[in-house]
Amino acid sequence: MNSKDIMKMTALDVGRAIREGAITSVDATFAMLEAIGQKDARLNGYIRVFADLALQRAEEVQKKICAGESASPLAGVPFAIKDNICTEGLPTTCGSRMLADFSPPYSATIMKKLEEAGAVLVGKLNLDEFCMGSTSETSYFGPVRNPWDTSRVPGGSSGGAAASVAAGTAFYAYGSDTGGSIRQPCSYCGVSGIKPTYGTVSRFGLIAYASSLDQIGPIGRDILDCAAALNQIAGKDPADQTTNESTPIDLAAARSFSGKDLRIGMPVDYFGEGIDPDVEARVREAAEKYKDLGATVIPIRLPIVEYAIPTYYIIACAEACSNLSRYDGIKYGYRAKGAENLSEIYIRSRSEGFGLEVKRRIMLGNYVLSSGYYEAYYKKALQAKAIIKKTFDEAFASCDLMIGPTAPATAPRIGESLSDPLKMYLGDIYTVLPNIVGLPSASIPCGSDRNGMPVGLQLIGPYHGEQLMVGAASLFQRSTKHHLRVPGLFDDCEEGGVER
Amino acid sequence: MSEYEVVIGLEVHVELSTESKIFCACPTAFGGDPNTHVCEICSGMPGTLPALNREVLRYAVRAGLATHCEITRNGKFDRKNYFYPDLPKAYQISQLYLPICRNGYVLIGEGASGKRIRIHEMHMEEDAGKLVHDPQEKCTLVDYNRCGIPLIEIVTEPDFRNAEEVGDFLEKLKTTLQYIGVSDCKMQEGSMRADINLSVRPAGEEKFGTRTEMKNMASLKAITRAIEGETNRQIERIRAGKSIKQQTRRWDDDKGVSYSMRSKENAHDYKYFPEPDLLPVQISEDFIDEVSREIPELREARKERYIRDLGLPEYDADILTASFPLVRVFERTAELCGNPKEASNWIMTDLLKLMKDAQCQPEDISFSEDSLGKIIEMVTNGVISRTVGRKVLAEVFATDVDPAEYIKRNALAMVSDQSVILEAIARVIEENEKAVGDYLSGNPKSAQFLIGQSMRMFRGKADPQAVQKTLFEQLEKLR
Amino acid sequence: MTSSEKSNGNDPVGIDAEQIEYLEQLARIRLTPDEKVRTRRDLSSILEYIEKLNELRTDDIEPLSHTVPMAPVFREDRAVNGDRRIEILRNAPEQKDGCFKVPKTVE
Repeated sequence: MNSKDIMKMTALDVGRAIREGAITSVDATFAMLEAIGQKDARLNGYIRVFADLALQRAEEVQKKICAGESASPLAGVPFAIKDNICTEGLPTTCGSRMLADFSPPYSATIMKKLEEAGAVLVGKLNLDEFCMGSTSETSYFGPVRNPWDTSRVPGGSSGGAAASVAAGTAFYAYGSDTGGSIRQPCSYCGVSGIKPTYGTVSRFGLIAYASSLDQIGPIGRDILDCAAALNQIAGKDPADQTTNESTPIDLAAARSFSGKDLRIGMPVDYFGEGIDPDVEARVREAAEKYKDLGATVIPIRLPIVEYAIPTYYIIACAEACSNLSRYDGIKYGYRAKGAENLSEIYIRSRSEGFGLEVKRRIMLGNYVLSSGYYEAYYKKALQAKAIIKKTFDEAFASCDLMIGPTAPATAPRIGESLSDPLKMYLGDIYTVLPNIVGLPSASIPCGSDRNGMPVGLQLIGPYHGEQLMVGAASLFQRSTKHHLRVPGLFDDCEEGGVER
Repeated sequence: MSEYEVVIGLEVHVELSTESKIFCACPTAFGGDPNTHVCEICSGMPGTLPALNREVLRYAVRAGLATHCEITRNGKFDRKNYFYPDLPKAYQISQLYLPICRNGYVLIGEGASGKRIRIHEMHMEEDAGKLVHDPQEKCTLVDYNRCGIPLIEIVTEPDFRNAEEVGDFLEKLKTTLQYIGVSDCKMQEGSMRADINLSVRPAGEEKFGTRTEMKNMASLKAITRAIEGETNRQIERIRAGKSIKQQTRRWDDDKGVSYSMRSKENAHDYKYFPEPDLLPVQISEDFIDEVSREIPELREARKERYIRDLGLPEYDADILTASFPLVRVFERTAELCGNPKEASNWIMTDLLKLMKDAQCQPEDISFSEDSLGKIIEMVTNGVISRTVGRKVLAEVFATDVDPAEYIKRNALAMVSDQSVILEAIARVIEENEKAVGDYLSGNPKSAQFLIGQSMRMFRGKADPQAVQKTLFEQLEKLR
Repeated sequence: MTSSEKSNGNDPVGIDAEQIEYLEQLARIRLTPDEKVRTRRDLSSILEYIEKLNELRTDDIEPLSHTVPMAPVFREDRAVNGDRRIEILRNAPEQKDGCFKVPKTVE
């Protein structure tokens, strides 16, 4: 099998082919390295690629597989990871000048789990600086481009991950999601992704943006790849006291999930002002599809949607300003040249080391936490959070799952968004709610707009409802071909979509 | 002085003596080369998270119960944000909104002159690192070994009216915390430090004056001097018609003066908010019951028992119970030698003198708890004389040697072999013909002389009674 | 900045130059004149939008930090010895004698 053919396979298929001996982990790793070499210059999805390390690792894993010591579904399948997850001794930059030369002295819990599972790390993926952005344009290492149209953004902040999976330069990847950072780029790039229930995946080693919202999750070509990838990293971690025990997703059960008796809620509030008509049309078609498959679709009310963005930005920026205070030019990271006293080291290192969007959010965070404002903002946001949670709890009494758009529009052109941050923030309106209350959520492709750009369907499940959510998404993907459509760049030919 | 009244409140930081740090598994041991008790968590590396040490919660609740506090059932941790090189995350995980203990008190003084010092609250937090100023290079070196050592901060109400009360309170607090095993409270190692909030007001005035704060005082003597110095400074200013500024001051104990610490007006915007990386601290009734059962007999009760059950004089019982390290030495010694009175006598006369000469505080006693008991046992069994016992204790106190080994190495054991004693006595009789003759003719003085000569043969290492008995037996045989 | 100055739902929220300076101080960040102008404008419009939250009645609502129910698991008090000084200091811009090095901190 040649490299191009290997790259067309899903991660689970690659895993099976390796287990069955049709190909080796080294073949798959080589194929991925070759694809990166051919295509990534046009995408800028990777910040760093570890070719030698990956091939060496693939050989080791292959030996284990041959010896029957490693039999997990994705053993030997190479993957890439967002560059805000710590890898011992390997650069971990967060897309920032601040950490451009930083190599952590330890590995994230999920890296240890992935090692046990026989996964092969190939590279680290580009992102918005410290995950602050919805376009993957704020990276110190340059903007990521959308493989469907390289004049457009891939979404963010896990833009490098979504773009690489969509372009066939990664079989699957891990990103992180604080307010939509997995789902929104998946929507823009036409791939699948899961933000798990808060606490399903350990955050130890995930460089924090907003601690109460951050969650690591998988991005793949279809939802079953995502489920298998999530199974590798989920579980309670003594190093992260905000983790929970979780049941692995049963892939066979997901494959045979039936739409009968499924009650799907459609929040009418998700179709208000500001939604692109093509996006609305695709999502409504998806709802019709579910009806055809035997599900009941009922309109529900989430009258808190308009409070989502204020609540989110208060909490996220407050936590971020505290989390990012440790970058002071003393222990690690950028230190301004020629700063003579302590105060100058702090101020100049931070002013020169952070980009504008990061500074803006740090400023906002300081504002809402500063003396006299805590009650008016942060406390108020925590109260709003209580109300939002109650609203969801009540809504889930009448439905098993919710569907809606992932984002109000498809991918904008590079440079369009950063000039008006408020407008950019409002683009997160549908994705932030599950983060605020910790619910699991996924995005899967459900068609494209007038320009051929992908549209994402968001699924929101109840707490620990990953099995049901994956089942429902898998049902949709068994019955539709949206997820099979790939950008021209996938086959290294002209831009625009083709069916795989 | 009497026209003014001084009002003092304290914030006391106490390092808990857990084995590992509050949020990571690094050891809490004092000392060690810089940054050798440090990991990615306590050095604030990106991506790390705190994992609360169960024992910290237990120790804090124990401290709260021993000082009559209410225990907060649903507490939480908060972040206190500020930039300083000793704080690697640029925030300290502490408790602002819902501290673990509240509304307690410590009694100082006795009987009618006793006074209740109210505890406003007690909260858990992490210690900061240490800054060492490098004189050669005009730079500061940052060591995170201390960073993340668990602390409780005990905040009192402004209930003190003089330095003596402050001293009594700190002594009482130290004793209590040592008794319940939550801290060694070694002020010279910084495991107990106090901030003093002090203001003065005209006698009879109800409103408090403007207060100043003196931070990180680490000896009782310095605290006493600082209180006196700052009181005088404030009174002088008021008398001169000057105002008191609310500020943090640094007490220079060598010079006996306090200095204002330069601080920016806005330095105190700590931007507190709930720590999202840790779950709320929920404390169950069962846990509180469990912890309250762990609290040992405290000083007053123990003192009573020593007098009542062990028959110790009140004076001795008072001194022995004044600090828990001494209690531990006493009880172990009494247990080993089976004679509490004898154990007490040795501590009161010999050990305390050694401590006084060496300016050693009870918490600095470093010899094995078993040693004194072993020494007393050997004296009682006639293995060594009391004189030698004292000598051995001095060596044990200084270098923590094993008593038996030391005695063996230096051949200090008493001569207990009867044939050796007989041989020596035969020589005394042979060499002192005249005295022996005098004795036999009934001169009592020569008996004393012969005893002295015999004992000299053993250089104090024989049981005097056994020597005397043998001597007289042999003399009688000559009649 | 005191709570009495904070705006309620009726006042337009604006951030003045002085407040930006205070935030710069709190954040240890110095903005360029151009960044200052942009930040002031952006923060003002974001804060104005955030004011929407004041419509929400929260008088009797308990603030909620953690939404997903979790059983707390504490770490057992066991120390793991192991000197990792070299790794911990490896990323330091400046070090001396096994310590992070900074300019003199005392006044």
